[in-house]
Amino acid sequence: MSLSVVLFYSFALFTVACAAGVAFSSSIVYSAFALMGAFFGVAALYVFLAADFVAAAQVLIYIGGILVLILFAVMLTHRIGEVEVSNRSVGRLPALIVVGGVATVMGYAVRRTAWPVAGSLPDAPSTYAIGNGLLGPYVLPFELASFVLLAVLVGAIVVSRKELKDSRG
Amino acid sequence: MEGIGLEHFLTVSLLVFALGLYTVLTRKNAIGILMGIELILNAANINYIAFARYGGAGIDGQVFAVFVIMLAAAEAAIGLAIVLGIYQNFESIDVEATDALRY
Repeated sequence: MSLSVVLFYSFALFTVACAAGVAFSSSIVYSAFALMGAFFGVAALYVFLAADFVAAAQVLIYIGGILVLILFAVMLTHRIGEVEVSNRSVGRLPALIVVGGVATVMGYAVRRTAWPVAGSLPDAPSTYAIGNGLLGPYVLPFELASFVLLAVLVGAIVVSRKELKDSRG
Repeated sequence: MEGIGLEHFLTVSLLVFALGLYTVLTRKNAIGILMGIELILNAANINYIAFARYGGAGIDGQVFAVFVIMLAAAEAAIGLAIVLGIYQNFESIDVEATDALRY
């Protein structure tokens, strides 16, 4: 086994273990930190797949943005003393049955399908191609994305501000 | 990377998706549910990038993954704003306690 294969398996195991930590941890804070490990592991897998730009974006946006937001929300909505009981899970058995069924079907599909593998992308920097794609064939979704982000910005402010009482009743 | 193929990445993605689905189904805490959704989105992204690498269709999968990451950030911002609003009104973010649209 070469070094890269060992590294792949260790990163894959790390990712899945962290995801399991998110799913089974009894404390919401532990879940949030396990989520950080899962994001890092997924970023490492992106590097294995020659997606350097997406890996960097994953670290910057998921860990630097989304995870910090989640931690803020955890801290704002819980008195620290009761985080132990705040991550209760219910209906474990039906959930296990549903998840087991879905995973079985998907695993069967993954194993039985003859995936058309047509060579692999070279291990070259992908930023040039992604930039050309965003301003070429994907310029309309790119502009729509900026519009969506603007709407989200306004919407988040509107949803989370304190409601002003109308004095006229 | 001899011996590591598309199926390996699809299997990792499948496991992450299953754990995310389990999180969404079992949590009563709204933030926990959002964490499960993030796991599911990450699993989808692994699939996109694995197919971009092995499918021979160029860079398209990676561009899609960038859009998914952008939408995940938007979803997290809006979702957590809603959760904070729910907490202000109900003093709780238990999804079973918040059963009224208007408080």
